[in-house]
Amino acid sequence: MSIEIQKQIEELKEEIKELENINTDKMIDVADEIEEAKKRLKNLERISEGNLTAWEKVEIARNPNRPTALDYVDNIFDEFMELHGDRTCTDDKAIVCGLARIGEQNYTIIAEQKGRNTKENIERNFGMPNPESYKKGIRFMKQAEKFNRPIITFIDTKGAYPGIQAEERGQGEAIARSMFELSNLKTPVIAIVIGEGSSGGALALGVADQILMLENSIYSILSPEGYASILWKDGSRKEEAAEKMKLTAEDLLGFKVIDEIIKEPAGGVERNSVQEVASILKTRIMEITKDLKSKNVDTLVSERYEKFRNMGEYIREEK
Amino acid sequence: MVIDKLKKHSSESNEEPKSKADIPVGKWVKCDKCGEIIYKEKLHENYSVCPLCNHHFRLSARRRVWQITDEDSFKPFEELTNLKTVNPLDMPEYMDKLKSLQEKTGMTEAVYCGTGKINGEEAVICVMNANFLMGSMGTVVGERITYSIEKAIELKLPLIIFSVSGGARMQEGIMSLMQMAKTSSAIAKANEAGILFISVLTDPTYGGVTASFASLGDIILAEPGAMIGFAGPRVIEQTIKQQLPSGFQTAEFLLEHGFIDKIVERKDMKEVLYKLIKFNK
Repeated sequence: MSIEIQKQIEELKEEIKELENINTDKMIDVADEIEEAKKRLKNLERISEGNLTAWEKVEIARNPNRPTALDYVDNIFDEFMELHGDRTCTDDKAIVCGLARIGEQNYTIIAEQKGRNTKENIERNFGMPNPESYKKGIRFMKQAEKFNRPIITFIDTKGAYPGIQAEERGQGEAIARSMFELSNLKTPVIAIVIGEGSSGGALALGVADQILMLENSIYSILSPEGYASILWKDGSRKEEAAEKMKLTAEDLLGFKVIDEIIKEPAGGVERNSVQEVASILKTRIMEITKDLKSKNVDTLVSERYEKFRNMGEYIREEK
Repeated sequence: MVIDKLKKHSSESNEEPKSKADIPVGKWVKCDKCGEIIYKEKLHENYSVCPLCNHHFRLSARRRVWQITDEDSFKPFEELTNLKTVNPLDMPEYMDKLKSLQEKTGMTEAVYCGTGKINGEEAVICVMNANFLMGSMGTVVGERITYSIEKAIELKLPLIIFSVSGGARMQEGIMSLMQMAKTSSAIAKANEAGILFISVLTDPTYGGVTASFASLGDIILAEPGAMIGFAGPRVIEQTIKQQLPSGFQTAEFLLEHGFIDKIVERKDMKEVLYKLIKFNK
């Protein structure tokens, strides 16, 4: 349980005790206040047990204090070197690429990166990639294949950027090409959904052999706001949409869209508790890498194909 | 989103009516672009293109198949017609909607797939259908397209997909999104197998279809004036808080920016497809 929530629970319990004392000792009626405090306590206890609503998870996934991809990279790998550029025109900073190492094992990192403050967010376009980010990613995918390096992708975006230049430079093609390349890559790929995994902009890095997802992350076709506004013409019904969309890690494990849920501290991981989650991720990355590397490359690629081939259950109706 | 903005263009129902109630009342159609009143039969004789301003009306999947294949050569994949969604998000209203669309359009889903001959050259052909939930891609559409791609690999035939779509189908949520990965992976497999894939973009092609198989053609063609993009115009306007330049996201705009190979008028489509197949033999 996170220290913060534990502290709040203790404080609330103390407050309730005091209120009850006032009620009996001083004969002042504070029953309403007690009722209110008890409600808050119950809510906190629910959160501490991890029983969150879908919308609460959306809010946690978007919490500006949630660790970003680089926070994990720094805490998982023994060494990391960022490398830049798409080799056609620019270095789009919403996706970070580079080389990393755990012990003797090298990795290629392709990570959607939100800013950790306003300045960084502006520089990184709030983690919304332009086509050049995906093109940079593709360059690193191919390089990873050449040098037999497993790839770790981190997914955390509101979506690919919807702008004029992004369209002019082929946003759709860039996303499609990223999935196209990943699907056939002759090296292991592990994807980790760490925050918001929204729309094609997220899936572009999601065609992987193993897909891990942090407990309070979300992965969806669109934002709940967007979903509500398209389906019900009412963006304010976002909480209902979040519930309906089945975007939580638990839902997605049930759908076999992801393979594994990574536990977080109660109330969601924050930057000061990143180490806790990073150490679980490190262990899992090492174990999964070992497993994937033991496979023959053709088996690896054909299993990846089948994994996505089988997504989307349907039934055959009798004619 | 995209769908709202684009809906207004689809004034003509090209579907072959299944019940009498669906037979269009008038014999005349108004062109959305120039306002010309056109005799319907004449419009169809002219490939559903306005004789005055060259506006390409939306086509039903079946009419499209008739236009580009040799007579009686098209054989739909019968094994795909009875696929049904499991309704992953449990939306009863979605199932009702599907049922009423099936009755209304006589189509079972938003894409029609099979093999057909183009001037004697056989190909696997998929044609999306704007009249069916704006051609959106859910699990059944994704499966049909993937199956067709695999069939092209198995039969060693060229693959032609006509896209028209608002994108991934909202009603099936994340499972629709995953169809982008599924179809793109299948195209990658076809690519490895040396299969020619011609992607034809028609009005409108957006979202998850643009961001998957539709953009992955060895050759990408488009019809004149077709609206094509990833994000819908309204979403972009809301994001950047500016009006979009005129001609933005048209086929001509894409050609200029290097994302399509060629704009082809409907009357020339069959011939161009034939030539491309011959060039790649």
